[in-house]
Amino acid sequence: MDGFPILSLMMAVPMAGAIACLFAGAQQARWIALLATLADLVLGIVLWINFDQSASAPQWQFQEYAPIFGRFAWALGIDGIALMLIALTVFLMPICIGASWQAIEKRVGEYMAAFLFMEVLMIGVFTAQDLYLFYIMFEAGLIPMYLIIGIWGGADRIYASYKFFLYTLLGSVLMLIAMMWMVHEAGTTEIPALMAYNFDPHVQIWLWLAFFASFAVKMPMWPVHTWLPDAHVQAPTAGSVILAGVLLKMGGYGFIRFSLPMFPEASAQLAPLVWGLSMVAVVYTSLVALVQSDMKKLIAYSSVAHMAIVTLGLFAFNQAGLEGSMMVMLGHGLVSGALFLCVGVIYDRLHTREIARYGGLAINMPKYAVLFLLFTMAAVGLPGTSNFVGEFLSLMGVYQVSTWAALVGTSGIILGAAYMLYLYRRICYGEQKNADAAAMPDLSVREVALLAPIAAVVLWMGIYPESFLAPMRPAIHALEARLASAAPAGDSKIEMGAPKPVGEGAVHEEVAAHGEAH
Amino acid sequence: MIDTASLLAVLPELILTAGGLALLLTAAFGGEGMARFVNWLSVIILAVAGVALCCSLEHGPDAFDGLVRADAFSVFAKALIYGAAAAAILLAPRFFAVGHTIRAEYPVLILFAAVGMGMMVSAGDMLTLYVGLEMNSLASYVLASFMRQDERSSEAGLKYFVLGSLASGILLYGTALLYGFTGSTAFDGISLALSDGVSKGELFGLVFVLAGLAFKISAVPFHMWTPDVYEGAPTPVTTFFASAPKVAAVALTVRVAIEALGPAGLDWQQIVIFVALASIIFGAVAAIGQTNIKRLMAYSSINNVGFALIGLAAGTPAGVAATMSYMAIYVLMTIGSFACILQMRDAEGNPVETIASLAGLSQSRKGLSAAFAIFMFSMAGIPPLFGFWAKFLVFDAAVAANLAALAAIGIAASVIGAYYYLKIIKTIYFDEPAAAYEARGGAVENVILTACAVVIVLGYLLNPALDKASAAAAASLF
Repeated sequence: MDGFPILSLMMAVPMAGAIACLFAGAQQARWIALLATLADLVLGIVLWINFDQSASAPQWQFQEYAPIFGRFAWALGIDGIALMLIALTVFLMPICIGASWQAIEKRVGEYMAAFLFMEVLMIGVFTAQDLYLFYIMFEAGLIPMYLIIGIWGGADRIYASYKFFLYTLLGSVLMLIAMMWMVHEAGTTEIPALMAYNFDPHVQIWLWLAFFASFAVKMPMWPVHTWLPDAHVQAPTAGSVILAGVLLKMGGYGFIRFSLPMFPEASAQLAPLVWGLSMVAVVYTSLVALVQSDMKKLIAYSSVAHMAIVTLGLFAFNQAGLEGSMMVMLGHGLVSGALFLCVGVIYDRLHTREIARYGGLAINMPKYAVLFLLFTMAAVGLPGTSNFVGEFLSLMGVYQVSTWAALVGTSGIILGAAYMLYLYRRICYGEQKNADAAAMPDLSVREVALLAPIAAVVLWMGIYPESFLAPMRPAIHALEARLASAAPAGDSKIEMGAPKPVGEGAVHEEVAAHGEAH
Repeated sequence: MIDTASLLAVLPELILTAGGLALLLTAAFGGEGMARFVNWLSVIILAVAGVALCCSLEHGPDAFDGLVRADAFSVFAKALIYGAAAAAILLAPRFFAVGHTIRAEYPVLILFAAVGMGMMVSAGDMLTLYVGLEMNSLASYVLASFMRQDERSSEAGLKYFVLGSLASGILLYGTALLYGFTGSTAFDGISLALSDGVSKGELFGLVFVLAGLAFKISAVPFHMWTPDVYEGAPTPVTTFFASAPKVAAVALTVRVAIEALGPAGLDWQQIVIFVALASIIFGAVAAIGQTNIKRLMAYSSINNVGFALIGLAAGTPAGVAATMSYMAIYVLMTIGSFACILQMRDAEGNPVETIASLAGLSQSRKGLSAAFAIFMFSMAGIPPLFGFWAKFLVFDAAVAANLAALAAIGIAASVIGAYYYLKIIKTIYFDEPAAAYEARGGAVENVILTACAVVIVLGYLLNPALDKASAAAAASLF
């Protein structure tokens, strides 16, 4: 794979597909989009297989560099963190296209083009190694998403699209000013170099805040999360999937790639701010989710709560927290995407998101009920599913620095169980209140084909998370080492217990104990 | 004593003048039938003048004892001006064909305006500056009221004339003050006199000169004429006003600020910062409520000038280069946008100007809508479109000059501006279709439109060239 520009190719394929879709008819556009995203999925798998996971491997792999833009360069490269997020992106994209197969009837070519363009930009965000290239990819995502929400969205789509656009734009522009300052200070636009550059701790605070403005909105963190429920509710199903699945992860990726390694001192100083906001978010948005009558809104608020666990873990400054956050991001990307698909399935049949209109679906849609249950359990964080691993690790990580944050954060798991199970009960169990809901057919082959792969990966991630943790480990180690000098002292006072004497006596004692038990 | 080198330095102006006069005669004797022919010929003359720009550099910058300067800066500005003027000429016939006969005076007037603008950007002396400015303005006043039967057009011309004369008066008064206190009208002389401290009188002169120039670039608080003139003037003329004279006036302001008033940098910097921020914020806020697309573009141009001035506020070579790059990209976006606006015609071919009439355009005219959206997103400064890079450059220059606070306020205000550009895209893409437009655009319009759109989308590949040219232009001022 040496020298082969696979990352550029992964962006070129959907880009070519997007242009082709613009000029194609409806059915052609669907197939072009599906083939392009599947091709990208294959490329993503090739990328993963060829990614060197050994401890001696270089941190940045598949690097490309072409200084064609004057002040900045087409510089790409990935580490394990980026690899996982790219894998998530290319995995979800064909599913999004499949989910829109029948739901989107008008202006199909433009719709598919917007999605493929979105894929280009998402891969671009995760692979960019040049600060300005990253910014361009990061911001450009606003355009297709604005159009997706605005053209193919629900009744109140225009308000939602404006809110999405202006909120995220306002957050990002200040980050741009900070980036310019950093580039002038450090004299380079290369992200790996900037990650190792030590900025003056006093200036770091301002830079950190500027980046925070952007990532907190994108994440989204309380209290700047209000655009998310609106955007989710109004977006078409696939739009919600990509929004919750990947776009929100850009915020977390931003923290882990920029805020933490570039401004470690400021991160440590302002960590209590992040914890505070996250604690409020976990409790507040969970409670809000509990009273929603709109399914999509409920899942949107639950996203905010899950993302708060991510920020808690990220600002734990230790390996468990960082790894846990990444796992929550990946797990949440899959699970919330799947939940939005589940909502989409019944929305396509009844055209309402009102929870009260459904009920007893387990009777007439058993396959649906099973898959929905699995994803509900995963969202709750049941052991054996993807989210458990991530939530457990990040809360364990944050416990080492702030027991209060861990305590409040953990309450979110309980509240999460409450609102998710309550949702599931109202939709799938109970009586069949409405005749039209009771008459809905079970999942079609296409719908099973969309949900089953996600279900498989959710279980894989829950049962053998090492496949996903291993590629990220070197990058996480490097980050932890970078943060070590600045990491705040914890209040949990963890002390290593004295190791038990390993000798003949100990073994005998154990054997004796066993014997007594028998 | 007139020498050949001096004449060669003003070769582009000579070509334009001679060509313009010859075409005027052709038009006078040939009558209306010659109009289209004159149109094309004038574009060729502009192209020839553009080629002549290359020669004008060879003989050193100063001509006519420093009255005129043919340096890299003026070449950069003139290239933009000629390009924009040519586009304004090319876009016109289709517009004037409806209801009015095409008049051959239109391209000729633009040629004369181009001569004036060329003199403005290569002025080395306050008097050259004034003569150039007036030459451009006189042609512009006539152009604004070009549709004689149309009340709005005549009103626009009159307004432009009255307010423009006032501004010229202010500028002249400032020049007189500067001359009185520094003893020179040459930029070098003024700069030399200012370098040992700025006296009260000189300060007054500086303020008046900048006020006069702010009028010409339509920066807040001297912007009042812009919306009315832009709305009233025939659309091709508005295209012209929003592009070429804008470049000329901004370039002129930059040259005066750096070359003549350079030593008083700290004094004018505050003025420029205020004017820039006021223009950005006012231009953005006032545009929100507009229902007429040309009026909206007027406020948008006020807003854009504010961004361009941020580069000047930095006062560094990088800042000047950023301002000139900004103008280059701005001209592209403006001409592209107006090429779209010119296509807003109802089924009979009459021009339509309300934003509401754009509703649902994306369903009947896909290509036009896509181009419109590209220009609007670009104007809003959203990457990956080239308009982002224009804003990037000026803010980068400001940050490098330790004006991070200015940059932060300016860029935050740009979000307000994004709102009304989004409104147009919303109307085109999200709203239910209104009455359809004419089914097809003119060939010339479409070519210009496509060319601009392609550059706006792929512009980043031009970055190295743009950087080099604008840096050379800026270097010639310092």
